[in-house]
Amino acid sequence: MKYIDEYRDPVLAQKIVEELHRIQTRPWVIMEVCGGQTHSIVKHGIDYLLPKGVELVHGPGCPVCVTPLDMIDKAHAIARRPEVIFCSFGDMLRVPGSQDDLFTIRSQGGDVRVVYSPLDCLKIARDHPDKQVVFFAIGFETTTPANAMLVWQAHEAGLKNVSILTSHVLVPPALEAILQSPHNRVQGFLGPGHVCAVMGYSQYEPISARYRVPIVISGFEPIDILQGTLMVVRQLESGRAEVENQYSRVLNREGNRPAQDVVANVFEVSDRTWRGVGTIPGSGYRLRSEFAAYDAERVFDIHDINTLEPSNCISGEILRGIKKPHDCPAFATECNPQHPLGATMVSAEGACAAYYTYGRHLSMDRERLVTISTGGGA
Amino acid sequence: MCLAIPGKVLSEYVQGSMRMAKVKFGGIVREVCLEYVPEAQVGDFVLVHVGFAISRVDPEEAERTYQLLQEMDQLGELDEPEFGEIATHAAKGGGS
Repeated sequence: MKYIDEYRDPVLAQKIVEELHRIQTRPWVIMEVCGGQTHSIVKHGIDYLLPKGVELVHGPGCPVCVTPLDMIDKAHAIARRPEVIFCSFGDMLRVPGSQDDLFTIRSQGGDVRVVYSPLDCLKIARDHPDKQVVFFAIGFETTTPANAMLVWQAHEAGLKNVSILTSHVLVPPALEAILQSPHNRVQGFLGPGHVCAVMGYSQYEPISARYRVPIVISGFEPIDILQGTLMVVRQLESGRAEVENQYSRVLNREGNRPAQDVVANVFEVSDRTWRGVGTIPGSGYRLRSEFAAYDAERVFDIHDINTLEPSNCISGEILRGIKKPHDCPAFATECNPQHPLGATMVSAEGACAAYYTYGRHLSMDRERLVTISTGGGA
Repeated sequence: MCLAIPGKVLSEYVQGSMRMAKVKFGGIVREVCLEYVPEAQVGDFVLVHVGFAISRVDPEEAERTYQLLQEMDQLGELDEPEFGEIATHAAKGGGS
């Protein structure tokens, strides 16, 4: 496919890897922010291609992972109601709450539907005027415009039987939370390409300047990630700390203004709790008061639900780049994608789930893989 | 979750008050909302996330980046050139 295949070119990848080896003189720790980037890195073994001194740690950019357990329990409480058609993106269905997951609720008679687009909920609501259609609106800035458009269109059309359960989160406050931690190891970021397609990257400039940290907004294909890493390492090696844009075929500094406008009309910034991390001020969105009629938490009067996370899960430290999946004694033993203990195992884009899916729990050691990938010459 | 895929706009239509399009991804055609990318035209590639085009893929920028990477061998011999210089170099050398 155009704009995909050419960014998986192994010859080009090798050139970038050679250049990285040539310029890197000191150890550096770089965080890729997005779960999609983490997945691509682990799937393609990109971290094994890098010089030993360039370590990638995995960031908090997996919205399914960071959706708090009490919010998942709220979703399940709503989905169990007989008058509700509960709509969600597919990746939320098998995320376990305190009792069940959405698949189980569906098997017990709940009307739980997977939608391709939030707009699908409009048709479902029109086709079922006797039902309440609830959409589980999760996601980072990439997804917010789509969910905002659902609310906007429902409002325009006067649909009274649509609401959303909002769990929207924002990337920049999370990066600041990581950088402010006394345990922080991160020296540079691969920034979130699709978040910035919507928001642009001017928000990252004060963070880069304040914390003296390079941020390179990067795409998701192997060549994008390798080139982004090269751009970060170039900055680190030369003592620069700037925001650069690797993903210029898709985004610019300003981002998508029409999308930003609709989001600003429908949502306002609020504090949010991140699973595994805790509450981060100003790190999410809630519906504006004029759209309260579309807020599922008000429509169904869902009370706060007390939840307890397993104490042996280290996902909070993994999401902040302090630890890696292998550092957890529960990884791939009592914690696996079928029985996840916490945030980073619940979604395919979580670092633990990606490590598990691509066989890293089989303790292949890095040295051996490097030897294989370079034909035994390393 | 933030997965977004480039696809080619085949045709446009209006649904309710929204500008929509048929967009082709490899062999699959899907309905996509174009409200957020008003500049997109039939024949353009758009980046699509959960049924919404969020960006028009810029063919010139894609070519520029690609040329820049193709020139990597020569890059190693230059002393940390600025990106603008590389782009100029690539444009001159590549004749694109």
